[in-house]
This record gives sequence, C-alpha cells and structure tokens, in this order.
Amino acid sequence: MSRFAQKNGWTLGLAALFAGLLIATKLIQPGFGLSGLDSLARAALPFAFATAAMTVVVLAGGIDLSVASMMAVASVSGARLMEGASEAEAAGIVGLVLLVGLAMGAINGALIVLTRVPDIVVTLSMLFVWEGTALLILQGPEGGCAIWLRDLILGGLSLPFVPGALTEWLPKAAVLVAVVLAVVWVPVARSKLGLSIYAVGSDPLAAFRSGVSLGRTRIAAYAIAGLLAAFGGLSLTMATGIGAPIPGPYLMAAVAAVVLGGVALTGGKGGLLGPILAVFVLRLVRMDLTLLSVDPNVTTIIEGTIMVIVVMMGGLLAARERGR
Amino acid sequence: MSKEPSRLSRLMSDHPLIPLAALLLVLIVALELLRPGIVNERWIANTIKFAIPLAMLAACQTLTMLTGGIDLSAGVAATVVAFVMATQVPILGVPGAIAAALIPAILMGLLNGFGIAICRVHPLIMTLGTGLIATGFLQVYQRFVIASGSVVPDSLAWLGTGRTLGLPNSLLLFVPFAALILYGQRRTGFGRLLYALGSNEAAARLSGVRAWQVYFTLYALSGVIAGITGLLYVGLIKAPSLSLMNPVLLPSVAAAVVGGTSIFGGRGGYGGTILGALILTVLGTLLTLVQIPEGARGVFFGAIILAVTAIYVRLTNQT
Amino acid sequence: MIPPLPKTPLLDARGVSKRFGAVAALKDASLQVGKGEVVALMGANGAGKSTLVKILTGALGHDGGQILIHGRAQPIGSPRAARRAGLVPVYQEPSLIPDLDLAQNLALGATPVGAFRHWAAQLGLPDLTLDTMINRLPLASLRIVDLARALAAEPDVLLLDEMTAALPADLVHRVLSVVRAQADAGRAVIYISHRFTEISALCDRATVLRDGVTVGDLPIKPGVEERIVDLMLGEGAISASASAARTQTPAPTGARPRLCVRALAAGTKLTDVSFDLHAGEVLGVVALEGQGQDELFAVLAGARKALRGAVQVNGAAVQFAHPADAIAMGLSFVPGERAHALLMQRSVRENIALPLIAAPRNWGPINMAAEAVQVSAAIARLQIDTRAMGEVQRLSGGNQQKVTIARWVAKGAETLLLLDPTRGIDVRTKRQIYDLVRDLADQGAAVLYYTSELAEIRMACDRAIVIFGGRVVDKIEAADADDARLMRAAYGLTEAEGAAR
Repeated sequence: MSRFAQKNGWTLGLAALFAGLLIATKLIQPGFGLSGLDSLARAALPFAFATAAMTVVVLAGGIDLSVASMMAVASVSGARLMEGASEAEAAGIVGLVLLVGLAMGAINGALIVLTRVPDIVVTLSMLFVWEGTALLILQGPEGGCAIWLRDLILGGLSLPFVPGALTEWLPKAAVLVAVVLAVVWVPVARSKLGLSIYAVGSDPLAAFRSGVSLGRTRIAAYAIAGLLAAFGGLSLTMATGIGAPIPGPYLMAAVAAVVLGGVALTGGKGGLLGPILAVFVLRLVRMDLTLLSVDPNVTTIIEGTIMVIVVMMGGLLAARERGR
Repeated sequence: MSKEPSRLSRLMSDHPLIPLAALLLVLIVALELLRPGIVNERWIANTIKFAIPLAMLAACQTLTMLTGGIDLSAGVAATVVAFVMATQVPILGVPGAIAAALIPAILMGLLNGFGIAICRVHPLIMTLGTGLIATGFLQVYQRFVIASGSVVPDSLAWLGTGRTLGLPNSLLLFVPFAALILYGQRRTGFGRLLYALGSNEAAARLSGVRAWQVYFTLYALSGVIAGITGLLYVGLIKAPSLSLMNPVLLPSVAAAVVGGTSIFGGRGGYGGTILGALILTVLGTLLTLVQIPEGARGVFFGAIILAVTAIYVRLTNQT
Repeated sequence: MIPPLPKTPLLDARGVSKRFGAVAALKDASLQVGKGEVVALMGANGAGKSTLVKILTGALGHDGGQILIHGRAQPIGSPRAARRAGLVPVYQEPSLIPDLDLAQNLALGATPVGAFRHWAAQLGLPDLTLDTMINRLPLASLRIVDLARALAAEPDVLLLDEMTAALPADLVHRVLSVVRAQADAGRAVIYISHRFTEISALCDRATVLRDGVTVGDLPIKPGVEERIVDLMLGEGAISASASAARTQTPAPTGARPRLCVRALAAGTKLTDVSFDLHAGEVLGVVALEGQGQDELFAVLAGARKALRGAVQVNGAAVQFAHPADAIAMGLSFVPGERAHALLMQRSVRENIALPLIAAPRNWGPINMAAEAVQVSAAIARLQIDTRAMGEVQRLSGGNQQKVTIARWVAKGAETLLLLDPTRGIDVRTKRQIYDLVRDLADQGAAVLYYTSELAEIRMACDRAIVIFGGRVVDKIEAADADDARLMRAAYGLTEAEGAAR
C-alpha cells in the first residue's frame, strides 16, 4: 500500500485536488449536480483525448505538436462524410476516421524515424500539413453528425438492468473517455509494446541494446497518439454536430495536463491516469471561475497563471528529485 | 553511403550557409521562370521588407535554441509591445510610449528566465504559458484604453514601409542589429555561453558558469528583441491588433530551424536564420503566385520545412 | 596450462573492415575465440576496439570481412540478431532501462527469471527483489545485474567490455571467477579491459588491435604485458614499461597548506574526512567504489553542499554554493566522466576557453588573439591531437580527457581536483597525464588525485590517503604504497584498527 502510494502519490494527490475542487464547486453553486458534471465532462472531452495522445508520445520520449491539427482533420473528415449519411453508415465512417487518425500518427512517427529530424521539428511541420489538410477537406465549420453519435456524450449514463439512481450521475462523456482509454491503452500498456514505449522514452540506447526496435516502437507510439487524436476530433464533431477545420487551443493545454499529470517530459516516467485527472482539474478550475462570474479575460489570466505555477512547481520537484 | 555525401557533408558542416544560399537561389529562379520579370528591384525590396521582421523574431528563436530552448512567447511579446506603444502614444508621446511598452516584454522575459532557470521548466512550456498569461493581460488592458484610441507614429511607419534609394528603410535597423548578433554569438563571452549551455549545461556549471544569470539575460534579451520587432512590424502593418505578430511566431521557429540551428542546442547561428527567413518569405510569394488554396499552402509550407531539415540532417549528419 | 586451440573457433571474425566516410575505423581486424577460452581484446584508444565490439554486437554493420559463429556466417544486423546467433554482450555502461523495474527489464529482453536469479545470487546479489526500480540501484549492482542477465541468456559467446571498471575489488574477484567458470564449461569469452592484473588472472590469449588491424595474438604468460604494450603502441614508440623510480617530494612541514579539510561530511557516504594538501604535492585518494570520494570531490568543487566540517583554502575558511565559488578560490575539478565536463559538439578551443568567459564581467567581446595564445599553449602542453579540432566528440577518449585538464591549465589552476582522470584511456595517454600532473605540482600546484587503479599511486602521487566508510583510515607515502597495503587499507584493515581489535 505504501509502495502504491509512493509510486502513485502524484496521481492520488491530483484525485484529492479534484475532489476538493468538486466540493468547492458545490459550495459556490449549491445547485451543482448532474448537469454541471455533464457539461464539465463534455468540455473536458476533447482536452482529455488530446492529452492522452500527447501522453503516449511523451512517454516514448517524444512530443507531438500536431495533436490539435490531427484532431481537426479527424473532425472535418467525420463531419464531411456523415453529412447526409445514414445512421448505420455513420458507424463505418467512425471506423474510417479512426483509421485515418492511426495513419496520420503513423506518418508522423515514420517521418521522425526515417528522416532522423528531431520530433519537435517534424511535428511542427506536420502541424502545418494537417492543418492545411483539414482546410482542404472543409473550408468552414460545416458538415454533419449522426444522432446516435451525438447522444453518446449527452446526459448521464443509463444501463439496462442497472437502477438509474446508481449510474445517472455519471456523465456519458466521462464514461466514453474511460472506455476508449481502457480499450486502446490498457492492452498496449500490458503488452511488450507498452514496456518498449517506456524503455525507448527512458533510455533509448539501453532499449536498443535490450533488443527493442526503436523505430517500430516510436512509430507505434505516434500511431496510438494519432488514433487518440482522432477520437478527440470525433468528440469535437459529436459535441457541435459539425466539423471544425481550425485547430483548437489543445496543444498548450495538453502539454500542461501532461506535466501536471506527473509525466516527465524527458520520457519514460508516468502514466495515463494522472494527465487525464489533470485535464478534469484544469477544466473544473475554469468552470468555477465562470461560476464565480469572473471576467472571461481575467479567467484566461488566472488559468494561465495556474498552469504556469503548476509546471514551475513540477519543475522544482523534478529538479530536487534529480539532485538527490 | 558513397563517397559523395561525405565530401559534401564536410563542406556542409564547415560552411552550412552554402546550401541555404543555393536553395534561396533555386527558389528565386523558379519564381522568375514561373512569372518572367517578377524578380526586379521592387520585388527584392518588398521581399526584404517582409523578411526583416521575420528574421528579427527568428533571432529570439535562434538565441534561445542555441541553449536548447525556444521562445514561444516572442510573438505575444512583440504584439504586446506594439499594442501598448500604439495606445500609449496619445498619452505619453512617442519616446515615452516606446519605453513604457518595452517594460512588459522585459518582464515576460524575466518570468521566462525564472521558470526556466530556477524552476527548471522546459522552455517550450514555460514560454507558451507566459504567452498565454500575457495574452490575457493584453485583452484586459485593451478594455481600459479602448476609448483613448491608438496611433502608429510616423517614424515607425517610415521605418517599416519607407524606401530610400530603392532599399527598404528597415535595413537601417536590421543591418546593425544583424551585425551585432552575428558578432555577439561567436566573439563575446555571452554568445559563447549560449552554445556552451546548449551543448552541456552541467559541464558549463562545473566550469564556473552560473546558468541562471545567462538564462535571465537571454530571455529578457529575447523579450526586448521581440519588442523591437513588434515596433517595426506595426510600422509595416500600420494597424495594431491583439494578434498582430502571432502569425509570424511559427514561421520564426521555422526560419531558425531551416537556417540550421539545432533545436537541441549547441549548434547553428544567426547567419543561417537570416537566409532561412528569406527562403520562407520567397516561398510565400511562390505559393501565392501559383494560387494554390489556403489549405494546400499549409501542407506545402510544412512539407518544405520538413524536407529542408531532413536534407540538412542527412548531409551534415547532425541531430 | 593452456588448453589446445580447437579446430573450429566458436567465434571467428576475419578481415573485418569498416569505414566512416573517409576514415577507416577498421581495416583488417580478426578475432578468434574457441570453446573454453577467454580472449582479451586489447588496443589503445582509437585502435578500433569499440568499432569491432559494435559490429560483433549488431549495433553497426561491417563493410568487409566475415564473421562466423559456430562456423556459420550469422546475420548480426541488430542486437537482437546477435543474441539469437549466440553472442551476448555486457557493455561498458549499464544497459538497463532506468524507469522500469527489474522484472520489466527482464521481460523486455525475454530473459528467463529463474536463471537470472541463479546468476545474481552467484555474483553476490542473492536478495535482489524483482520490483526494484533500476534507477534506485547503485552502479556496482547495475553491472552485476547486467552480467547476470547476459549469463541467464546462456550465451555461446560472452563479450565483456570494461565491465569491471566501476566495480569494487571484491566484486571484480567474483566476476572473474564466474567468467572463468563459464569458459571452463565450454563457452567462449571475449574480455576487454585496461587492467593487466585482471587479464593475466583470467585470460588465455590476448588479441591486440592497432590502427584498425589485428597486429598480434599472444598466449598470456608472465611478462607478456610488456609485449602487449609494445604491440599496442607500435614500432618505435617509447616502451611503456613500469614507472621509472621517481623521487617523491618530501612531506612539507610547517608551511600553511593550500587546502585544509577537517571532519568533512556530505550526503550519506562521506562521514568524516580530514587532510591537508600542500602546494607542490600530489595527494592520492584511494577508496573502493562508493566510500564517499565522489561526495568529497563534489563538495570541494562546489557542486554540492557539505553537511558538517570545515574547508580552508590558504588558511581562509570557505563555503562553496556553486562551482564558480570554488574556481574563484583556485580549486578546479575534473570529473571522472568525460561526458560531464565537455561540450561535445563544440571545438577544442571553445572547450578550453570556457572557464575564461564564465563570469558576467567576461561576457563582453573576447580578445581573440590573447585567447588563441592561451589555448594553443595549453594544447601544446598536453600534446592534444589537433587533427579533429572542430568538434570534441570526434576526438579519442584520451584526447578528450586531455581537453578537460587543458581547460584548467589555460585558466591557471592553483589546486587541481582530479577524479579518476585516467579511467578507460590508453597507456600512453596515462603516462602523459602522470607527467603533466607532476609538472604542474613542480610548478606549485596542489593536486588531489583519486584513482581506481592502485598502481597509479606509486606512479603519479607523493602520498595517499585511503578512505573507507566515509573516513580516512590510512595515510601512506607513495614509496610504501604497495598494492597489498593499499588494498588492506581500502577494505578498512589498517594497523590501527587491527590493534584495536
């Protein structure tokens, strides 16, 4: 138990912080309940996927500046294809968009491996490329979205055979994040690929000498990130019903959440749970500020200051850890 | 690999500017072939005029990249200085407004320096965060000065858009600026220390370098350079806005990268960056000329940065 | 007793060549290792040893020649393929993933856990728990884990590259006996080390490389060291035979010491160290790994804070918060790890001139002419090979080490703190460093010299202190510093303690 606490201390602290913030929210607005949680979860949804995508590549010792642009591509290709398509066809379209995401990520990874150009430069270039691609697919915010897909993130969860009172308070959007991450990441983390991702991020030379294929592992990590970014893009379309060709502010938010989530930007250290919790913490702070009717511009300052202070404290802690 | 690249790679690592100059020439020739007669005195002056703010903002990226950093707040710093200056001119007069406007840029640089040197936050994140906070402040500030209006001083407009003997006046600012940076990076202790910190900070520390002093100075300097760039740019655009220089930020990173400065630090220099800024500007003209859609422009822009860097890495075998 | 050379060697590399651009790193390297043999692979720095190792272990391809394992050409294009072919290496540096635990590291390389536990126990780590994070293990344990992991893979050919460099003497002994047993059980072992004592204790033959060519293959017998050194150095080179008798500086008396350390403690390992270091003196420090010597040097260099105790420089009490403070008092530190001291991508000149520009008052324009004079004087003094001046990373290890010292020669250091300055470099460079240290001392410098090679105390120092368990347990004049006495002291078995018992 103490070992668990030691290893996951950061994540536990975040969970406690989140719980504290929820209580604070309830105090600020006594009426805060299902609808509040629901809008929080829906606001957090694209940030959560962007952060998860970023986390996977950061664990592998890389960084992907093109996450938000890949989300835009996924969002517009989904919206464009679903416009006028039947509800049943939409399922196939979702699958296709996810494949597109996987392919975009794999292209990012393959370019990094093949060109030997630093990841920051490659993904900066691909930021332009995917952003341009999204604009080529859709010039403006338009397109459509299947009804069942939109329903997937609306309201609380209701399961057959389970009393509504038990699950209703759980926003579907949060459940969707949990399910997707469980399906995508848990099998990977348990497999040799997961070990390889951590190994490559932690010490590439030692990983190579242990027989890990650096190139294949990196490409796989970026492909997973692309897949998660595609989920993020679809969630944008699900939330608005249309495609969004202009990339949103997900890059800085994802990096901040990754750091706040206890993942070392040098790679190899941390997990997926911490960053996801961090996303919810950051979104909830913003929500509370809005509830307190703080000027939205001032909210931006406060939000930015919190993020900066958090990464500063994280940096200090990491430096102290290294100094030991 | 055959013998050819190895000879070429030696040439590249000894004279990294040659292939960049060659690429610039190729682009200009391509432009002339596409639209014969376009490359004239006027076009050259125009290209230089738009390349200069890019090259100056890219100086922030080059200097910070030499230490293994980056300054993503440079675009915001430039915007803040330009906006504050333009809105303060009616109140403080031109010199007072310029002096007052540079203060926030220096403060941003010092905040960056604090986060990077003392808290050991990665520069990419620290400067992104500083930029975010500064943008928030700028928006709040705007509401207080919205009534008093803004003025772009004639002197800056002259510097930004005017021409003398066919050459843009901004060269009067840029030539001494570039000379100072080119001299400073190799021939001053401070410049050498940028390379040293980017190459091996622990080793620099053991040699007696107090890294925080360098980082504070560097990022404050980067803020000042960004601010001066903002002043020049608002003179060129003549319309201060809350996102004035933001579109130039990523190209400024690209200019430094295309110019051969290693994003991991310790290698490169401002000479390449100037060529990189010219290359990107000419490329922009080329893309406008062939009238490709906005989206394809982005794709092409990204692909060219990647391709140039990849060729560079291949030839000099550096990472 | 030397076993007869088997007909087909287990590993048979012939005529291996490799070029990097215009540079031929290997021209004609050959290495045969038979069943039951331990073969030492020898060569000065830059002879092509590490290139050959990289080729054999699959980290690099080769241009010419053939490599047969079990008489068959094996594809060894990657570390994994080399393993599959039966060749398992233990590298100079630990090759474990720091952020994974031991079990995960074993899973990554598909190492059988049972066999690993067996070998770890054999090598003296019986109670290793598998959920230990690698980054919590001390360096010596990491080396043992590396070796146990290699042995668990049941290799046909085991390649050990300087693996004892960071080990305390007792572990070296265990490693040598386990490796010998491996060979006796019919395996082939390639053993790379700079330490002749280990080679003569363990190896059957020595294959010597020089300038990328195999120049000799000698059976190990008494006196062969001289021949090996001659082969490594090449024709016409000065024979690097044992040190000429040197007159030691008499122990200074009365004079105020340059450096006076009293009851110094830092971290968990350095508990109570006191000594005086005088101008003109080279004071050796002898200690097994992890006895507090790293902390001692770090405190004196200003790189970490002391818990207790006092340090005086020229009689004035000092407390350093940053290496710059130590440098200001004339204390210059050369770390044991070259990579910690060098700007690898920068030129020799910039590396040497680095301390000259460190302080903000020197951030302005550099007097290039004056700097060039200072730097070339230091280069000449250390005889640095100037063919690859552009980037320090292109220099050989020995030349890199010289650059780390040249920096302080150019700056003019009063007190030099050298932490294992000859680790992993060739014999010839070692001698140059001994001479330089002596030279500097004769000109008035005070030198504190930690070495992991006991013999160096006689060759480079005037006297030595021995640190054990974080305290000074013995002080020995270099003339009396035979290996046995130093070794006893390093293990804490001094006369004083013997008497107390």
